[in-house]
Amino acid sequence: MSADDHIAEPLPLDAWHRARGARMVPFAGYAMPIQYEGIMAEHAWTRAHAGLFDVSHMGQLTLAGEGLDEALESILPADVKSLAVGRMRYSLLLNESGGIIDDLMFCRWPTKIYMVVNGAVKAGDIAHIQAKLPAAITLNHMTERALLALQGPEAFAALERVTTGRWPLSALTFMMGGPYEIDGIDAFITRSGYTGEDGFEISVDASAVERVADILCAQPEVKPIGLGARDSLRLEAGLPLYGHDLDTDIDPVSADLAFAISKRRRSEGGFPGADRILKLLAEGAPTKRVGLAIEGRLPAREGAEIFAGDSKIGTVTSGGFAPTVGGPIAMGYVDAAHAAPGTSLEIEVRGKRLAATVTPMPFVPHHYVRKGAA
Amino acid sequence: MTLYFTQDHEWISVEGDSATVGITDYAQAQLGDVVFVEVPPAGTQVAKGKEAAVVESVKAASDVYAPVSGTVTEANSELEADPSLVNSSPEGSGWFFKLTLSDPGELEGLMDETAYKAFVAGL
Repeated sequence: MSADDHIAEPLPLDAWHRARGARMVPFAGYAMPIQYEGIMAEHAWTRAHAGLFDVSHMGQLTLAGEGLDEALESILPADVKSLAVGRMRYSLLLNESGGIIDDLMFCRWPTKIYMVVNGAVKAGDIAHIQAKLPAAITLNHMTERALLALQGPEAFAALERVTTGRWPLSALTFMMGGPYEIDGIDAFITRSGYTGEDGFEISVDASAVERVADILCAQPEVKPIGLGARDSLRLEAGLPLYGHDLDTDIDPVSADLAFAISKRRRSEGGFPGADRILKLLAEGAPTKRVGLAIEGRLPAREGAEIFAGDSKIGTVTSGGFAPTVGGPIAMGYVDAAHAAPGTSLEIEVRGKRLAATVTPMPFVPHHYVRKGAA
Repeated sequence: MTLYFTQDHEWISVEGDSATVGITDYAQAQLGDVVFVEVPPAGTQVAKGKEAAVVESVKAASDVYAPVSGTVTEANSELEADPSLVNSSPEGSGWFFKLTLSDPGELEGLMDETAYKAFVAGL
């Protein structure tokens, strides 16, 4: 908790969460539900059924105007030009030295680009984008929209039952989006999420989000899930959290996010920090984000130091007890020489050295429903 | 046997100069699912108001303070195998440690159960 725990106006589902027994905590400048019945139970429910997450703190933007694709390619390392309508990509807002300002998702609408950025840094993102984009491009921060995530192996069954649209919901595979209706309410739905499970993110007008949340939670597969389980689920899925695992001092190669730099952009460059990033791609980064499986039951948290023998070779950036794994896991940055899977390391927690092994991520397999898969 | 409570949500059950210490039901509910408890081994000197144990929930690590000063005589070894006892039975089998009081006068500032319930109701 820090000085920027100042609480802005309540999010649209504030009263809805409280009525359902959520414990509210300050997060990203908002009061948000950390848990309802308990993190372990909520985590397990999401892995087995479907969890509904309120992520309305995130920034939903649209960008439009002449020359939009070129303009976005000047601030993102993604191949925007090849993105077809209804397709979604993960990308990174980079500064001039290749540091990560934020990580984000963007999706092509017929005449716009829809973008979702992290809640805690959205004001800075918007200022950065507006400063970098030409005047012909208009950025709209959709403050009137709420965002829900429905995640888990039963998310499709639950959402399909209540959704209508020009296309069946099954037309969406992982990293696609389109317009649908839920009980007559317009909803822009993408097949995406932050748990490693199949799932959807559902953007609706804030005035209708209570109705949509009620409809979804009335499905037998669905329970509301708090931020606590969102964090343990994403950690098991090996997904970095901005402000913890990523920041402006970290480049995409060290962060093991080189997949976000598309092939064409690698050969053409022209994105912020390209010189440094292309050199790191060619030569390897001196540090690397890795997964760590920890022996015993004592979790190592953010900030814990990682050792190889007597030498400090890294720092934990996220860590905790992983309910599905059944033990403590972490992710952190280590010197490249110690980043190979299987490397035995130690993490210091309150003066004790915990045995840890570099482990490929995800810790729990992803269950994304990809195009062409059965 | 007399039961006392602290504003940090520890309970202490005192019999003569011996006492058992744990965290309250309110505290365990606030912490959420407990996944690890680090209790001081027998022989540890603890000081009133100072860190004596650490309880790790899924989300975070929290210090547990000694309600009074004394010497630890026994740590609850069952917590090692089943830390969730702190959630299921915080004021019973989820106790943390036993100690010998070095200054029974320190008990005077602590709350009884009625006062603690009123304190929690006001939070």
